[in-house]
Amino acid sequence: MHMTLIQRFREQARSHVGISIGLYDSVVIAMNTSTAKAHIDLAQPQRKLRVRNPGWFLVSPSVALLLLWMIVPLGMTIYFSMIRYNLLYPGENEFVGLENFTYFLTDSGFMPGATNTLLLVGSVLLISVVFGVLISALLEASEFLGRGLVRVMLISPFFIMPTVGALIWKNLIFHPVSGILAYLWKLFGAQPVDWLAHYPLLSIIIIVSWQWLPFAILILMTAMQSLDQEQKEAARLDGAGPIAIFWHLTLPHLARPIAVVVMIETIFLLSVFAEIFTTTNGGPGYASTNLAYLIYNQALVQFDVGMASAGGLIAVVIANIAAIILVRMIGKNLTDKA
Amino acid sequence: MTLQQSRRLQSLLLGTLAWAIAIVIFFPIFWMVMTSFKSEIDAFATPPQFIFTPTLENYLHINERSDYFSFAWNSVVISFSATALCLLIAVPAAYSMAFYETQRTKGTLLWMLSTKMLPPVGVLMPIYLLAKSFGLLDTRIALIVIYTLINLPIVVWMVYTYFKDIPKDILEAARLDGATLWQEMVRVLLPIAKGGLASTVLLSLILCWNEAFWSLNLTSSNAAPLTALIASYSSPEGLFWAKLSAVSTLACAPILIFGWISQKQLVRGLSFGAVK
Repeated sequence: MHMTLIQRFREQARSHVGISIGLYDSVVIAMNTSTAKAHIDLAQPQRKLRVRNPGWFLVSPSVALLLLWMIVPLGMTIYFSMIRYNLLYPGENEFVGLENFTYFLTDSGFMPGATNTLLLVGSVLLISVVFGVLISALLEASEFLGRGLVRVMLISPFFIMPTVGALIWKNLIFHPVSGILAYLWKLFGAQPVDWLAHYPLLSIIIIVSWQWLPFAILILMTAMQSLDQEQKEAARLDGAGPIAIFWHLTLPHLARPIAVVVMIETIFLLSVFAEIFTTTNGGPGYASTNLAYLIYNQALVQFDVGMASAGGLIAVVIANIAAIILVRMIGKNLTDKA
Repeated sequence: MTLQQSRRLQSLLLGTLAWAIAIVIFFPIFWMVMTSFKSEIDAFATPPQFIFTPTLENYLHINERSDYFSFAWNSVVISFSATALCLLIAVPAAYSMAFYETQRTKGTLLWMLSTKMLPPVGVLMPIYLLAKSFGLLDTRIALIVIYTLINLPIVVWMVYTYFKDIPKDILEAARLDGATLWQEMVRVLLPIAKGGLASTVLLSLILCWNEAFWSLNLTSSNAAPLTALIASYSSPEGLFWAKLSAVSTLACAPILIFGWISQKQLVRGLSFGAVK
């Protein structure tokens, strides 16, 4: 504990002032100067001290840039979504209200796109959390030759570029003639499968899981190492079996890291793009099109800015709904267990 | 069977299982590296060739199909510039949030994280058109700016959690000795946080190097990084598996090594400080 008496005073003063006054910049700065002064008065009246709080002006570049990055493009997207705007037919940018939204929502690609997005996010999350927990528990449970190497091998796919991963799977693994899976299928006397043509969404799910399961393993393995070994030993001495220890000790300990994995993977999985772009191009038909790919298609293939913007806004809304639901669900779980 | 024997058997079984899973997961990478040493005929052969005469041809003629080095140079310039810029903006912010915590610090941090919730497709059109009207399409500057912004929240969080671990007393002591803000940051803080900053740099480099939404949509040739070069191999005329594997191996090797070196520290940044 590095909490000195001075800091404790300061902490108290701060919470005192802070609760009664709002969140305005000037107030916050004034508050800090006043607590710093209290600090001088209370403990170190003889020494000189820099009282100015550099806080706001050091944080402001980051905040301003991120604010710009959010507001300017989002504002433009909202504007574009309400006008007729196609780069191929310039000059007819009249206001059309919500027409672009109705077009996008009734587009033949929307329903498959939305379903595929949910299926993709859901299955990859499930795969990476379930197998992530099991695999990291397996590594934690046993001492064996080359454990370090196994660890490195397990997390490696996460560091591979998405375009590389997708093309390696497409050409070297999934290829119906020369791929490894075709070879294995023939080895067992089965007819090789043209994965990307017949099971496009499943193939994309496999590729994306291959990239994100290692992320879950990386996070969960590190989290498990921080589990108190003495606690585990105590449970063992009390006669708890490995499964009981896993269920009552390890899993609750992993609640927070699992929440983190789910949060971060959701952010990235909602906008999977390169894997589809390089393998199936969303096809056949809309079989492997997700919302990100559908909007890209509207934007930079058909150059329909208005409709792509409407789609973009719908994607933003979906992402936010997902985020809110996740935060609620996970937040509850966390407080329940604690 | 004694207890010790059964323990040994159990750990042997678990070890074998772990190895089997690791081999399956790692196989595509291993196979990519193998294929990069094959001739094109061997690479396409059925059944797949596990034993073959290795050749360096693909690496020696890496520039034949497209100018590999210009793509690689773009990747290097973009990743390093964006990382440097990002750190320049993030370190002061993390410093003030870690050492001058106010009522709104937690809120600001969470808000920064929430900007990551904005899916890139939601702003694809405006960014594309803005880049176009400023003449920045297919330039490195566009990607540098975008990568700086998309990684800023992660970098701020990561640096913040490292700074949080540094006892305030050390900085207070320097301050009482009359150090200016600049001296305090450069002379006291940065040397202590060196390790943490290094892994932040690595994480940012990895994220920039592998980014494949903006690079595919905003570049075509001049500023295209390696992700875009590799995507170009997906076209039907690009069925050069051995060459693709060689290019991919070269493109992924540095990042893979960075990742291996710093796996433990990366966890902190990737989990926004929740797992250490």
